[in-house]
Amino acid sequence: MKFSEYLKYLLIGTFFGFVLVKSEVVSWFRIQEMFRFDAFHMYGIIGMAIIVGLISVQIIKKRNVKDTQGNPITIPPKDASQVTRYVVGGSIFGLGWALLGACPGPMFALLGSGLTIMLIPIAAALVGTYTYGILRDRLPH
Amino acid sequence: MLDLLYQPWPWYVAGPIIGLIVPLLLIMGGKMFGVSANLRHICASCNFANVEFFNYDWKTAGKWNLTFVVGSIIGGFLAGSVFANPEPIQLASSTIAELQALGIQDFNGLVPDDLFTWSALGTGTGLIVLVIGGFLVGFGARYAGGCTSGHAISGLSDLQLASLIAVIGFFIGGLIMTWFIYPIILS
Repeated sequence: MKFSEYLKYLLIGTFFGFVLVKSEVVSWFRIQEMFRFDAFHMYGIIGMAIIVGLISVQIIKKRNVKDTQGNPITIPPKDASQVTRYVVGGSIFGLGWALLGACPGPMFALLGSGLTIMLIPIAAALVGTYTYGILRDRLPH
Repeated sequence: MLDLLYQPWPWYVAGPIIGLIVPLLLIMGGKMFGVSANLRHICASCNFANVEFFNYDWKTAGKWNLTFVVGSIIGGFLAGSVFANPEPIQLASSTIAELQALGIQDFNGLVPDDLFTWSALGTGTGLIVLVIGGFLVGFGARYAGGCTSGHAISGLSDLQLASLIAVIGFFIGGLIMTWFIYPIILS
């Protein structure tokens, strides 16, 4: 990867981290508020993000838009027949999301905001990921 | 104008901007937006037990995404430190009352000091939130094949049924934790 490539993803990531903090999506309080159905804030953000994403992806597919390198954009479909994996894995993720009040993007953005304690959940998430890798063949999918 | 950088952004501004990350990554490099894949890439970079799931060329697959994550740390620094909002979050009063009843005292920052400090790590509650919470996020994200960005935003943007099921799972787990388990943990 060339330097300009790194810079590109670094800038998009910076933009992402900035919005995550400014919108307070990274806030443990906002996640509590969401799961308690006390405010529209988080639903508005996720909902609007999906609507904008959906419209863009449909345009990209319909018009066969190519990426900046001239390659066709392909989006690999996910295997919906593995219902167990999505229900059980998703629920385990949800337990963690509510407990920690942060999903992977916010964990890193919070670290950047100066909360060095986030190194602990990030390390724990790596252990969790590795544990999944070890147990993968023994888990129902 | 500079005020905008310090103030919190409303949902109708932040939501569309986050959604734009999806086409931006697709058009700029043909990449699918998803943060938790990076946890797998990092595991693959130091696969000490030679687990098959992590035996792949993580550099080719993940360099772009790991760079994206470094960017989000920088973005977090700019938004949360350089242009930090000095005011407490404008939470619903019912949420504040319910959390106060559970013993949360600090409502000043993005997260409560009661749980997110190095000294809180020494308490049972802090340990559970930070360590078990992190573990479940990492384990669950990989088990489900994605997290909030990969499934809820990218997957639903592509009308993937698998992602819809996963997102329903996210809420099942989240609601169980918030309503049934958290009150026990905080008591």
